[in-house]
Amino acid sequence: MIRLEHITKEFSSSDKKVIAVNDVSVHITKGEIYGIIGFSGAGKSTLVRCINLLEMPTSGKVYFGNQELTSAGEKELRLARQKMGMIFQQFNLLEQRNVLKNICYPLELAGVSKNDRIKRAKELLRLVDMEEKAKSYPSQLSGGQKQRVAIARALATNPEVLLCDEATSALDPITTRSILALLKRINEMFGVTIIIISHEMRVIEQVCDRVAVMSEGVIEEAGEVKEVFLNPKSETARRLILPDKDEAGSDAGRHSIRIAFDGQSSFEPVFATLVLESGIKLNILGANTENIGGKAFGQMLVEMPEELEKQDTVKRMLRKKGIHFVEGSDER
Amino acid sequence: MNLQMMELLADGIKETLYMTLVSTLIAYVIGIPLGVICFITDKNGICPGRIIHFVTGILINLLRSVPFLILLVAIIPLTRLIVGTTIGSTATIVPLVVAAAPYVARMVESSLKEVDAGVIEAAKSMGSSRLQIIYKVLLPEAKPSLLVGVLISMATILGYSAMAGFVGGGGLGAIAINYGYYRYQTDIMFVTVAFLVLIVQLFQELGIWVVNRIDKRSA
Repeated sequence: MIRLEHITKEFSSSDKKVIAVNDVSVHITKGEIYGIIGFSGAGKSTLVRCINLLEMPTSGKVYFGNQELTSAGEKELRLARQKMGMIFQQFNLLEQRNVLKNICYPLELAGVSKNDRIKRAKELLRLVDMEEKAKSYPSQLSGGQKQRVAIARALATNPEVLLCDEATSALDPITTRSILALLKRINEMFGVTIIIISHEMRVIEQVCDRVAVMSEGVIEEAGEVKEVFLNPKSETARRLILPDKDEAGSDAGRHSIRIAFDGQSSFEPVFATLVLESGIKLNILGANTENIGGKAFGQMLVEMPEELEKQDTVKRMLRKKGIHFVEGSDER
Repeated sequence: MNLQMMELLADGIKETLYMTLVSTLIAYVIGIPLGVICFITDKNGICPGRIIHFVTGILINLLRSVPFLILLVAIIPLTRLIVGTTIGSTATIVPLVVAAAPYVARMVESSLKEVDAGVIEAAKSMGSSRLQIIYKVLLPEAKPSLLVGVLISMATILGYSAMAGFVGGGGLGAIAINYGYYRYQTDIMFVTVAFLVLIVQLFQELGIWVVNRIDKRSA
């Protein structure tokens, strides 16, 4: 669907040159939700702008389907962009247009007749659950509502791809969840390929299929979200997944395991049951878990007892419950 | 004050309004495209062009730095060429436009700079052409600010139009100068000044009312 080949983007001012993206290659397949995660300044926003060429890469090629965008003419590029929706951290709605007319904007560009525009816009408002706000202006809406309108606008021309640049970073956790749930629904309903840029692991973990971890313009590791999450290889990924890792894992020599919750029912007291049933005292060194729609997501770093026998008991019980864990991957 | 004087003042008001409104209109016909060109050819604009940006910038600054009274005299040949005469209110429109258009261009440019860069980026991401960005995004989004600019320009042009009274222009300014200054009729001067203040006040109040009604940011 989208193929980035050896993308490099340099920004040069009079006195210095900054390489925002350095020789990055990514292949995003149709229908998946692909996450790009990294700390601020990692180059992820620049990278996503290279997909629809809001930023022209200094070198490298961008393919959208079979079309090479980096060599496309201006008109072809504009048409390609109409097949790629984009939403932003700051929503970027037209302030002087009401909600309905904002959604009509891309349809105007596509040359859709006025009646059809309004019909389609109303359909989209229903999809994002904002029907009653059609006549409101952006300044009258909350952040979450604005992002819903932005999503509706981005979807107006039935794009094949939706680019989300820190789309939930300006929103509170509850609104973030509802926006992510909406994106997931859109992905399932229309098969839209979604690319999500975020600095928050919980955003990626809630909706993404695959993730790339970016740092200083380079992709440090990439793979299935569960895989990267459970067994992060790069330093950046470790820091993103367990932010307080430094304190938690600093006691070298202790034997610890990392448990990953990836959607088990949060109503079931998994950890407590484990402790009670085994009769082994376990020490939680660090945890970063969340309940998303009744399911547990997150990580927990647990100190194991010293006796090997007890360790085996714990591991056996975890396996039986179907909980993923990795042993001592944090010791360095 | 006799009837003759009142007729004179009524004519003066009419002429002043005529000069101000027509000059503002023409100044905007020239100033909007000039301001838009200046804005979009900036190095971070949607259509960067160093040379065009530089040339329009120079042109605007050049005209803006000439004091109006000097410009008024300096372009007399141009005025004669266009209007056929150099006295009266219609003739005054020429120097007024020449002085106001670059001023308006800068006002337009600064209004456009207020439009959020993110909104322009979003418009680009949806596949807008440059022209579509200008007339569907930039100008509509800057509309309230542009209107405030019109009000400020209008008050400035009104002030300039009074100055033109010294060199045979028409309107309230000419009355103030001819009667109040040359003939020492201070009362007439005060009356014209009062009318000038009133006109500016009226434009301002009306304008602000309109701006508040159309600006959707302060809902």
